[in-house]
Amino acid sequence: MDWILYIYKTIFLIIIFLVTLVVAMYSTYGERKVAAFMQDRRGPNRAGLFGLLQPIADGVKMFMKEEIIPTTANRVLFILGPSIAMTTAMLTGVVIPWGDTITIGGREFSMQIADLNIGILYVFAMVSIGVYGIMIGGWASNNKYALLGSIRAASQMISYEIAMGMSIVALILTTGTLSLHEIVEQQHGMHWNVFYQPLGFLIFLICAFAETNRAPFDLPECETELIGGYHTEYSSMKLGFYLFAEYINMFISSAVIATLYFGGYNMPFIDQLGLSANVVTLLGSFFFFLKILGFIFLFMWIRWTLPRFRYDQLMNLGWKKLMPMAIFNILATGAYYYFTEFNYPNTPCKL
Amino acid sequence: MTFVERIYLPAIVKGMFITLKHFFKKKATISYPEQTREFSQIYRGLHVLKRDDEGRERCTACGLCAVACPAEAIIMIAAERKPGEEHLYREEKYAEVYEINMLRCIFCGDCEEACPKEAIFLTDRIVESEYERLPFVYGKDRLVEPLDLNLRIDVSVRQTENVLKFKQNKRFAHNK
Repeated sequence: MDWILYIYKTIFLIIIFLVTLVVAMYSTYGERKVAAFMQDRRGPNRAGLFGLLQPIADGVKMFMKEEIIPTTANRVLFILGPSIAMTTAMLTGVVIPWGDTITIGGREFSMQIADLNIGILYVFAMVSIGVYGIMIGGWASNNKYALLGSIRAASQMISYEIAMGMSIVALILTTGTLSLHEIVEQQHGMHWNVFYQPLGFLIFLICAFAETNRAPFDLPECETELIGGYHTEYSSMKLGFYLFAEYINMFISSAVIATLYFGGYNMPFIDQLGLSANVVTLLGSFFFFLKILGFIFLFMWIRWTLPRFRYDQLMNLGWKKLMPMAIFNILATGAYYYFTEFNYPNTPCKL
Repeated sequence: MTFVERIYLPAIVKGMFITLKHFFKKKATISYPEQTREFSQIYRGLHVLKRDDEGRERCTACGLCAVACPAEAIIMIAAERKPGEEHLYREEKYAEVYEINMLRCIFCGDCEEACPKEAIFLTDRIVESEYERLPFVYGKDRLVEPLDLNLRIDVSVRQTENVLKFKQNKRFAHNK
């Protein structure tokens, strides 16, 4: 029994959970600040220094609120909905490589909880199950608005998952592996996948917005039309779970985008500095978080710039624009590798 | 639409730069309790019932302010000055109760204009926020200015020579 490994993995798992929760918590604060700044306001600045205690105050408020379960609602499913949303959102972080390996006392510790050889598929599976949280919650509320919201969520997710999966197929053609760790390793230096798959990146980014139900694709929960959509009937911390799950999803999506297309924990010119391996690993993780924060900012930036799509526009974009573009991307990538007989560009052994 | 317009991306990027410009712009907000916006010199805010130089209340409870008030926010009950109270009230009749309902008041300043005794003025102070309605009915305890000369409320900006002259002219409607 390798006890040290088990203990290390457990501790690392807890750290990642905590980091995910803290980042999601402060994303709510960041969201409000970014919104305020873009509208020439100041945002929350009363609770603590620069309003930094605002998320805690919000959390306490959520816990203190009266908890209402409608009499006509299905109690079991009503509670199951936010639980699924939260759980699946938290589970995705397991396969993401948060950094390279750290060497302590001659032992190598990977900064990734589980290096699955089907890492991307795992992420997709978790995201797909996440939809059930929204669907079940919306259906169990026994409310027309909630039902409309969950129907929208379901059809939107299905539509955009196709284009998203296809953009990933093209990416896998270039990488030749499904393991997230290997994909990151291949992007060492400046061989970021975004330069090899610009169209794929664009499609993936748009689909990531749709998958996380963020504006301009927040049709399942649009406040003005559906009064909150699937979480119309929710209150107290169950509502908090839904909102929180959205921010966790945003964090994880940013991490996935950074991993797949922006080199993960790789940073150009880090090898030339001549630092020790452990320092490089820690710096890499730091840069990875910077990339993630950049993408979270992009998510917020877009939300406060663009208005919401109309539903037919959403479907048009998903089926008539993104899907053909994704298929074209696969064909173009495949044709390129077929005719040039150029082996996977990022795989060092083949070059 | 042309092709460039149809793919929306250039327009989206343009829009994003507009929001980014606002991101770094100077904020219009004023952090209120710490900072206050500059008031106009003749701002009409919370009322004050003035005392004269000897510390006596100027108000004689004639009721002209209550008549002039378009929102009917002023209520008063008059009383007669007893011997020995000359140091408290300037006139023989005074207001025993004088209440202004700040929720009804529209801060038009008609009471001030109607007052023949130069007793009521609107100042640049703000009516404080409350949790309930009743505290918004201000009685004499909160309307009459303090006796202490240093704590008197300065209304010299509003009580100018021109205003006094204007008020003495009987031809104007408010003094009919």
